[in-house]
Amino acid sequence: MTSRPHLVSRRRFLAWSGALAAAASTGGAELAFADAPSPAHYDKLLVLIELKGGNDGFNTLVPFADPGYAEARPKLAIARDAVVQLSDRAGLHPALAPLNALWKNNELAVLQGVGYSDPNLSHFRSIEIWDTASKSQEYLQQGWLTRTFAATPTPATFAADGVIVGSNDMGPLAGGGTRALALADPARFMQRAKLVHAAASRGNKALQHVLKTEADIVQAASRLDSEHAFTTLFPATAFGNAIRTACRVVASRASVAAVRVTLGGFDTHAAQAPTQARLLRELAEGVAALRAALGEIDRWNSTLALTYAEFGRRPQENQSAGTDHGTANVHFAMGGRVQGGMYGETASLANLSPNANVAHAIDFRSVYATILERWWTVDSRAVLGGRFAPLPFLVT
Amino acid sequence: MAAASDRQAMTATPMARALCALAACWALAAHAAPDTLLGVDDARLLLTRTGFGATPAEIVAFSALSRHQAVDRLLDATITRAVAPPPPELTDPATMLRPARDAAAGERKAFRRRQRDAGLALRAWWLREMLVTPSPLTERMTLFWHGHFASSQQKVKVAALMYRQNVTLRANAVGNFGTLLHAVAKDPAMLVYLDTVQNRRGHANENFAREVMELFTLGEGHYAEQDIREAARAFTGWSIERDSGTYLFRPRLHDAGIKTVFGKSGSFDGDDVLDLILARPETARFITTALWRELVSPEPDAAAVERIAARFRDAHYDIKALLRAVLEDDAFYAAAARGTLVRSPADLVAGTLRTLDIVPANMLPYAIACAGMGQNLFSPPNVRGWPGGDAWINTNTLLARKQFLERIARADNFGEGAAMAPAPEGPPRRLRSAKFDADAWMAQVPHDTGADSRARALRMLLPIDAVDAASIKGDVPGVVRAALQDPVYQLE
Repeated sequence: MTSRPHLVSRRRFLAWSGALAAAASTGGAELAFADAPSPAHYDKLLVLIELKGGNDGFNTLVPFADPGYAEARPKLAIARDAVVQLSDRAGLHPALAPLNALWKNNELAVLQGVGYSDPNLSHFRSIEIWDTASKSQEYLQQGWLTRTFAATPTPATFAADGVIVGSNDMGPLAGGGTRALALADPARFMQRAKLVHAAASRGNKALQHVLKTEADIVQAASRLDSEHAFTTLFPATAFGNAIRTACRVVASRASVAAVRVTLGGFDTHAAQAPTQARLLRELAEGVAALRAALGEIDRWNSTLALTYAEFGRRPQENQSAGTDHGTANVHFAMGGRVQGGMYGETASLANLSPNANVAHAIDFRSVYATILERWWTVDSRAVLGGRFAPLPFLVT
Repeated sequence: MAAASDRQAMTATPMARALCALAACWALAAHAAPDTLLGVDDARLLLTRTGFGATPAEIVAFSALSRHQAVDRLLDATITRAVAPPPPELTDPATMLRPARDAAAGERKAFRRRQRDAGLALRAWWLREMLVTPSPLTERMTLFWHGHFASSQQKVKVAALMYRQNVTLRANAVGNFGTLLHAVAKDPAMLVYLDTVQNRRGHANENFAREVMELFTLGEGHYAEQDIREAARAFTGWSIERDSGTYLFRPRLHDAGIKTVFGKSGSFDGDDVLDLILARPETARFITTALWRELVSPEPDAAAVERIAARFRDAHYDIKALLRAVLEDDAFYAAAARGTLVRSPADLVAGTLRTLDIVPANMLPYAIACAGMGQNLFSPPNVRGWPGGDAWINTNTLLARKQFLERIARADNFGEGAAMAPAPEGPPRRLRSAKFDADAWMAQVPHDTGADSRARALRMLLPIDAVDAASIKGDVPGVVRAALQDPVYQLE
């Protein structure tokens, strides 16, 4: 310790004066002290769509102009004239045609090559990395949304921080310290909630968890009812039902900051083409219903929907007309305030060795940083364990 | 030293001999207390953790045994075949025949419907077996291995193959882990589920090779990607005979070349690779840790796991030796471990029915209720099985559990009516009712187990003190109903 503590470094002084200048120009409202109300904009909704199993990005955004694509996919390649063309290089799988309306309206951001360094090819470990926003070799217990809401809580008037629809795996909302609901049907939830009486926390970890869950039920149950009757027709699929439940929660008085829905079955090691086509159609029709329904209640402009998955798939198809676990993947950010367009890049498939995987162009934590800083205006550094540059896919 | 103390003992006075015996007894008591009787609370702990609930009569019978005797009785009672007769469509090979590739859409649809119905019958059958088995430990271990060696009908499609895998798991559930591992690797449902049938010479599919190391034996971090790639080559050619749905080795698809796994090289086949895996110490450690989480606590004691895993290896992977080591360990009976395990949905459903001595005529509604709580038997969410522990409980599943328990306690029999009805294939030992009979149940509880009927009932039903003790009151049905709604009923 050579410097004296009361001396402020020149750099820090400049940072302070900059902050003070900014505060002066906005009447001080931007200076968030510990006891000031949170500046977080949790009135903006995040809808996470998990494509469970690892969707094949190379047949989702088809790089038809890359000569390596047809070479790597003798059975699975989708012809240029079949895709929904987005640029002179790439287009969407034909089953994603319903997303074309979003693209034309500048509401679809295509994030290419999303992944992380030192990729793990295990489903479980890799989705854990995505859900906890950890480094490849780092093991964290809490989901990235759990850490977000622990650091910057949602308003006390919210019925819950987030809702997991139609799945019993809490994903980004896992780990203690958050108010997370899992539900399949709001009406049944309210009916059954009468059996629950909240009690103070006590006992071992398992008992504390049960008691916490009971408290979450009691807090949420009174506000999940909704007057709104949607005119939107939701697809008659499990995913369509999940989208409908998500929309009902958003239409209720509950107020939540995040919803996670899941579409599973993407682990297409064999006979991929019909399975992926069906799943992508369900995805696109579900997203179209989400957009229409949230438009009805004037929430599409305050909604950001984002797909994610544990990993993409290998460029080279396997001998079973399927694809094996890969790395970087394409994802979609969608919503009324999304700046449509292409972001990142898809790696060239030319001259890849047979078992090669591609390097990522966008770290997935940059996508999270965009949500935290540009959507909710909360600090991302502590949540993500470092500085990840946000992407410009939101209109601010 | 030993010889000298033997001589001393032989020449010592009767008083000194008695003191020596007492000291020896204390020394043993500090570790395993072989001669102390279990008593009601330890008997309940042992039975509920190694089975599905327990009737008051069973708890009372075990309370008069020592730890060692009780574990002997549990292990001696284990069986290798289910007692409930399986639905005929699961044992008839004709039901497995898939429609030809060019079959009409209607034929394919009929096949899918048949498999769905057979799958429902399969779930109901297994849940009934959990209820009527003379060896709940056998079923508990069969369920444990189902989660460990997870396969799902969602992918396997053919219900009869899921049934056969269940038969294989039960046959080896308390047998030898090495035998079990080899049998599972060649099990047709597993061959489909982890794509071994797609794994051919020159075109290896790594799915099974990866999961057998990551999830079934060694655990992450104890193998290299290179080991997976080489092991996958060894499993090439393992296939299924289409019409019978049985294992078939296809030599022309097998890669007979030299593979290098864990630094050892040879023209290994799949069985050789499994033996290489079984020779690694991490395997016994991994299985012991998994069983500890199932039976003892969510936080395995590293030293105890190391000690027990060594015994498991010394016993050449004899699962009974492993179970004995765990079930006689002080850690199993420790006060701090009580009520730390979250009950699985299957345990909550089958265990509640067993505890209350209810055998419904139709198990299907109960299998569906179990699925609604997050455990759709024969369809675990992925190859890791059900995550278990706290993950069993979220707002959705907890409400499903509470509603189920409310219906049971109110003697609402899921549409079956309230008439006394013996189960069609119920156990011969005595007639059980299709709904909760509070008087018959309470008659099993001896008077010396509590101050009043409320205290006696709670001692049979709850693993630790109730959270909301004040609201548990009234007559016996009222006490049971309130106890089932108490948060600690979710634990064991």
